[in-house]
Amino acid sequence: MSLAPSTSLQAEETKTLINDFSIEVATVNGSGSQTANNALLRAIFQMGIPVSGKNLFPSNIAGLPTWFQIRANAKGYVARKHDIDLMICMNPETAKDDVMKLPSGSTVIFDEPLKLDTLRGDLSFYSVPFQQIVSASCPEPKLHKLVKNMIYVGVAANTLGIDMQEIRAAIAKQLKGKQKAVELNQTAAQAGFDWADSNMLPQDRLRVIRDNKTDGMLIMDGNTACALGAMFAGVTVVAWYPITPSSSVVEKLSDYADRYRIDPATGKRTIAIIQMEDELASAGVVIGAGWAGARAMTATSGPGISLMSEFIGLGYFAECPSVFMDVTRMGPSTGLPTRTSQGDIGLTAKCSHGDTYHICLYPGSMEECYQFTYQAFDLAERFQTPVFVVSDLDLGMQNWITKPFTYLEGPFDRGKVLDQTQLQEIQDWGRYKDTDEDGICWRTIPGTPGGKGGYFTRGTGHNPYAGYSENPEDWKSNIDRLQRKFLGARAAVPCPILQSTGSKRGLMAFGSSDPAVVEARDILRDTCGMPTDYLRIRALPFTEEVESFLRDMEVIYLVEQNRDGQMASLLRDFFPDLAVKLRNVLHYDSTAITAQTIVDQIIAFGK
Amino acid sequence: MTTNPVPTNQIGLTKQDYVGAKSTLCAGCGHDAITSQIIQSAWEMGIEPHRVAKLSGIGCSSKTPTYFLGQAWGFNSVHGRAASVCTGVTLANRQLVNIIASGDGDSMSIGMGQLVHMIRRNVPVVYILEDNGVYGLTKGQFSATADVGSTLKHGSVNEIPPLDPCTLAMELGCGFVARSFSGNPKQLNMILKAAFAHKGTAFIDVISPCVTWNNHEGSTKSYKTLKDKEMPLHELGFVPFYELGAVEIPPGEAREVEFPDGSRVTFRAIREDYDPTDRFGGYRTIHKARIKGEFLTGLLYVQQGKPTLHDFMHLTEAAIATLPQALVKPGPEVLQACMDELL
Ligand SMILES: Cc1ncc(C[n+]2csc(CCOP(=O)(O)OP(=O)(O)O)c2C)c(N)n1
Ligand code: SF4
Ligand SMILES: [Mg+2]
Repeated sequence: MSLAPSTSLQAEETKTLINDFSIEVATVNGSGSQTANNALLRAIFQMGIPVSGKNLFPSNIAGLPTWFQIRANAKGYVARKHDIDLMICMNPETAKDDVMKLPSGSTVIFDEPLKLDTLRGDLSFYSVPFQQIVSASCPEPKLHKLVKNMIYVGVAANTLGIDMQEIRAAIAKQLKGKQKAVELNQTAAQAGFDWADSNMLPQDRLRVIRDNKTDGMLIMDGNTACALGAMFAGVTVVAWYPITPSSSVVEKLSDYADRYRIDPATGKRTIAIIQMEDELASAGVVIGAGWAGARAMTATSGPGISLMSEFIGLGYFAECPSVFMDVTRMGPSTGLPTRTSQGDIGLTAKCSHGDTYHICLYPGSMEECYQFTYQAFDLAERFQTPVFVVSDLDLGMQNWITKPFTYLEGPFDRGKVLDQTQLQEIQDWGRYKDTDEDGICWRTIPGTPGGKGGYFTRGTGHNPYAGYSENPEDWKSNIDRLQRKFLGARAAVPCPILQSTGSKRGLMAFGSSDPAVVEARDILRDTCGMPTDYLRIRALPFTEEVESFLRDMEVIYLVEQNRDGQMASLLRDFFPDLAVKLRNVLHYDSTAITAQTIVDQIIAFGK
Repeated sequence: MTTNPVPTNQIGLTKQDYVGAKSTLCAGCGHDAITSQIIQSAWEMGIEPHRVAKLSGIGCSSKTPTYFLGQAWGFNSVHGRAASVCTGVTLANRQLVNIIASGDGDSMSIGMGQLVHMIRRNVPVVYILEDNGVYGLTKGQFSATADVGSTLKHGSVNEIPPLDPCTLAMELGCGFVARSFSGNPKQLNMILKAAFAHKGTAFIDVISPCVTWNNHEGSTKSYKTLKDKEMPLHELGFVPFYELGAVEIPPGEAREVEFPDGSRVTFRAIREDYDPTDRFGGYRTIHKARIKGEFLTGLLYVQQGKPTLHDFMHLTEAAIATLPQALVKPGPEVLQACMDELL
């Protein structure tokens, strides 16, 4: 048992990292480490320090290695950080690699039998007899495995200076309502804390000091935020097929709906959530329900979108309001189903055969996951078309801090729908007649009485009166109208966010890359003397602001988490002349992007 | 001199109110005969056209919704997937009456999975499989209901055994399974009316000759073969709810099944005492007939009162698609509660 770090650092001056470091915990999937990791994350958050938590989990239920990364940063940088400052090694299988990858000077807490302290001479090692501590503190041997992970939470709290009161509160929050489990875990954490108190020499490299930067904030994942957006948008039909990382969108929505979408008068539900036999059927339900007047959605990931694409093309051409949420993972094929990517930008933008472009929304924060999902339903009904919300695993499943959401007031935009009275008055209604010359035609909802509203919807060519047509002019004018309608959405989709410094060097990004870009810009400005303007794209069709940014900048670094620069391709489609200024900054190794990756690639382009 | 007024049904509509656009199918196509009976039975049943959703996949058969109930809403969707579209439609608005027109390619090959799951969920719909044993629209390839030994127009012989849509539907627990023949309008009319009275999935396999690709010698689904081989199981009677009281069913003479709306189907056995409420007996009779090369028609299986999709979903009676905003958008206090939970 070591009293002091077993390898002393070569007299090198160790600067104390206050509220600015990252922790990685290596455990075995299914060992219950999730509760422990979240308690640690939450305790730091409760100490007033901005945090983010990223779970690098395997596509497996139990037994494979898993890592959890916590980044604490007083300045609010919450992107993943590549270098780990504190490593907690609990998994024998990966322990050696976990230690070897650390930068010099890092701290390691490890399970005693692993004997890692001989591996390297440039790290501080703390050997902790976890089994012994758990045996002494937990009377029931059956439960040792369950609470063993909570010991490292106590040990880490002690060595980092985290208030045990916060740990206790975080555990109680995690295990809300399960009193016995709360007590058990609090006792285990305390045992870890006490052991460290009497057996570990204090270190002064990493320190948590109470701050107030998280006041009024909360921790959330993007799938929960999307579920809330959908619920408040009055979604009525949800069809889905389970697929990581999207499943929890519908599971959360279902939880909320059980409580908040019951008709008080009858006790009946005001929302249908149906698990279908596959994504094809899910898309069919969404298109059918949207056609019949419902606010309908599905949530899936890349492979699901591929299966849905025939229906999505139909939805575009037959003009059925519908919302498709793609929580993107690594593909092609099953790829890395539990890792993040922005690899479906091209897929969603042009999903299906023939000439199609879809309205796509790219949320970059928890609040936007909520708002954009809400807004997607208004857009779908206004433009009578499939609308995509393109999120990813990093946003959807990881832990992010956010301000509480504000209530989105006002009536829904249900688009151009004719009711019985209006139908009686109109002499010459045609389902696909562009009376207002905005590309958006008036539709009717099946079931509208009066005998004048019925029409025939088809994926085949049709004339303005919804009649079957193979006439080349009908075809062309219809497909041209659809393009006008799509471009008309420029005025309605979320406009990009511009941060200007007056520089001629631009950065462009979208979605979950935002925190890394924010941090990278500070590094570029402060350490490289390179100020940049930043435009964050939030939707397709691209708005006027995107075009002016491309025009105004001399060079634009476009940050994407895919191999092929898919957003760059889209920009090239719309602005071929300006797109020559684009430089691809790409990250696609299945981890979430870091600020350093962006800085390094931009520097490599030269000044 | 008085002219006969144009006859109207119980909701005051003429049969003309139930027709659709002019058919563009080949003259003599069995599908057109089915269309006529859909028009006739919907008119007789007094179904309100504006409450009907006509759904289909892709194929000659799937084109037919254009040709009936022109005042209704139609959706000719994608190949084999009308079942899921219908599921979405009925979830959005459970007040609609759903009709699916499909083909044997559409239902028994590409759309088999959706059909199976639709039956499992007991989605309310009159599902009409217009079964010609070929892919009509793509010019005469074999379908999965082509009999062993039947030939294509250009000679090739099918050696792979067919699927039987009806025994499949029975096995899946469908509460209304029938087989009919587009050349037997009277029986088809009875079956369709009963299907409209059924709650849940009513599945009807209507053998419907394709005069262009499957009506030659060697095709087992030609008009000639079918006319020779058709064996109606029973003389089918249907007494719709609105005629109750007016028509007396003599006791003891026929078996009858009552439907939720009060309508009644009567069966007078022709060949053997076939009991359409006995699933296992039904299998036996159908299988035996198949071995003998006979083609049985009639209401093969009926079970009333099975829970439907709407019983599983616990939705409001009113269409959820058009509920007022106040019922589907929780208030600010709910958002506050959700936020507090996360704090
Ligand atoms: C995804 C897809 N694959 C193939 C086709 C081509 N296709 C159109 S109709 C059809 C077969 C139709 O056969 P059936 O359902 O029996 O209808 P019928 O024409 O015989 O009435 C096929 C294969 C298509 N439209 N979509
Ligand atoms: S090809 Fe066959 S199925 Fe199609 S319309 Fe002609 S006869 Fe009917
Ligand atoms: Mg066919």
